[in-house]
Amino acid sequence: MVTFLIRRVFGMVIVLVLVSFITYVIFFKIPGGDPAQHIAGRTATPANIASIREKLGLNHNVVVQWWDMMKSLLGGTLISYYDGTNVVQQIKEGLPETFSLCIGAAIIWVGFGVLVGVISAVKAGKAGDKAITALALVGISLPVAWLGLVLRYLFCGENPNGLAWFPDGGYVPLTTNPWQWFYHLLLPWFTLAILFIGFYGRVLRSNILDTINEDFVRTAKAKGLSSRRILVKHTLRASLIPIVTLFGLDFAAVLGGGAIITEVVYSIQGVGYYAYQSINTQDLPPLMGVTLYGAAFIVVFSTLVDVAYAYLDPRIRLT
Amino acid sequence: MATPGTTQEEFTLDTAAELAAEEGGSKIEGKSPWVLAGRRLRRNYTALVFLAIFLLIVFLCFVFAPIYSSHLSHLGPDFENASGVIHENGKTIHIISQGKSTFGKDGQVHTTAAGIPIGPQLGKSGVAYFFGADQQGRDIATRLLYGGRNTLFIGLVAAAICTVIAILLALLAAYFGGATDWIISRAFDLIWAFPVILLGIALGTALNINGFHHGPINIAAGSLWIPTLVIAFVFIPYVGRPLRGQVLALRNREFVEASTAQGAGPLRIMFTELLPNIASSVLVLFTLIVANAILTEVALSFLGAGVQPPHPSWGTMIANGQNFLSTRPWMAILPGIMITITVISLNVFGDGLRDALDPRAKVKMEH
Repeated sequence: MVTFLIRRVFGMVIVLVLVSFITYVIFFKIPGGDPAQHIAGRTATPANIASIREKLGLNHNVVVQWWDMMKSLLGGTLISYYDGTNVVQQIKEGLPETFSLCIGAAIIWVGFGVLVGVISAVKAGKAGDKAITALALVGISLPVAWLGLVLRYLFCGENPNGLAWFPDGGYVPLTTNPWQWFYHLLLPWFTLAILFIGFYGRVLRSNILDTINEDFVRTAKAKGLSSRRILVKHTLRASLIPIVTLFGLDFAAVLGGGAIITEVVYSIQGVGYYAYQSINTQDLPPLMGVTLYGAAFIVVFSTLVDVAYAYLDPRIRLT
Repeated sequence: MATPGTTQEEFTLDTAAELAAEEGGSKIEGKSPWVLAGRRLRRNYTALVFLAIFLLIVFLCFVFAPIYSSHLSHLGPDFENASGVIHENGKTIHIISQGKSTFGKDGQVHTTAAGIPIGPQLGKSGVAYFFGADQQGRDIATRLLYGGRNTLFIGLVAAAICTVIAILLALLAAYFGGATDWIISRAFDLIWAFPVILLGIALGTALNINGFHHGPINIAAGSLWIPTLVIAFVFIPYVGRPLRGQVLALRNREFVEASTAQGAGPLRIMFTELLPNIASSVLVLFTLIVANAILTEVALSFLGAGVQPPHPSWGTMIANGQNFLSTRPWMAILPGIMITITVISLNVFGDGLRDALDPRAKVKMEH
């Protein structure tokens, strides 16, 4: 187990290093332009640009440049081209918003996803199953941006003659007013969760239908257990294992910037919103910061999922 | 193993025999799996209906769009008419509201907002501005068709490029194994490590600054090829990983050994032995990737990292309509409806295709 852990953590570090290098290349080599020119602005003199090049170490080779960039990112001194604000600081400020949005949405999507999956599997083939399966399919086919705008139009008073049940975007910190925090986030939570509810429902349904034919379920039936007990204690338990993996990765992806569209639609100034603002100004350091932040989440979470798996399931070979 | 309650019947050799018997012949004839799959698909009316819907949308966007633009609305997709007017029942209406203040009978000043584009006319003044105009006076209905063209083009072409590259990598990795497999698998892992949307934004933004001019590839900034290639790249591991697994399972089967014994080289084994055996999975994955590529295009364009103006696309149209949500809600709602219908029809058809092609195997797009 210890060797397995060491290997995994070592692998994780290597992936993180490579990911950061790729990100650096994407942002500072693919555009082909001169970042110094970008920073200096339109009215820059050649001497000006040269001094910026020197300061940023742009005259060194790629690896050194990347290393400098990583040092400034990890040391928290990376600044934006556009307004000179500190990238790490800005990402940190967005964290409470992003975490509030993602954790709430995750609770909703797991709860409803399991509910949808179980109901449609239990009612498999009946009208209820067909209706739920159809709804789940619609759920995974909706563009999130559009869903958010439609909900805002319907329930947030965007329609002059319509309902205004919910505030039209915005965020109130949990510590300021827990009720307002909840009230402001309820619609964004559902907007973010609907895709996953549909997806998890579909996956769980097919998992349950597969598990029902397994020997251990037949044994449980033969022992005379009630069907409810078989469903909850045996079938569901086994069917949830793949869902746990999915959840680990999806949750990481959402925390790591996957919630960007929901944040933009509802003006929640989280990490994703910060990246969004930088797209239009073509401000590369914040985009690079957020991309790396997101990738780090996924890499760390997938390692955690692997380790948890190895711990939970003794059949998995520790290689 | 008859799964209780599953809607799809199991199709086994017995079913094949039944099918053959149904056709009047008492003897069982060999039928290729593709023929059987085609027959199963033909019986799945839901899947066929949704395929028809998808094809209809493709037809509307690719064939009907220029007809609509030049013969019905008489407005090009990029034709700006911000200062124009239309006539309706003798009244003149500005396409972009001018905003004016009038004294009402109650003595108050009433102002109407300026800069609001005209709403859906629904044929009140000819076909022009059927669904209204956007803030630059462009015809929304025309742009909806041309935008669909771009969105569908990106979805289909990105999925095609992505699938071809993923097939090649999966075949190489699984056939040669060893170091080749290790390198390709780690490359998949690396792309996988990025959140899809963020990697899309990163590449989309970086490429749109100056375009891409390295070696023989010359792509101008703002070109439609940028989102297409970015989306194709981002989804490679999502197709490549499941395919690699499938090829790996086939790699040591007897028919491959037999082919090797006959002196077949790597290329021949990969393309005439292994590829046909994963073809059904490829088809299913392709359908699902088209749906996902369309959703990704919409997401990227909504955020400004996908299709660049003045090109219309369903994603940019939603982003555009966002600013007029309370006054002209249809600007954002219409393209969204088109996207939803397209993606639903692809997903339903993909499910049907999977049920028809291999009812037992589970080709899933890894999430």
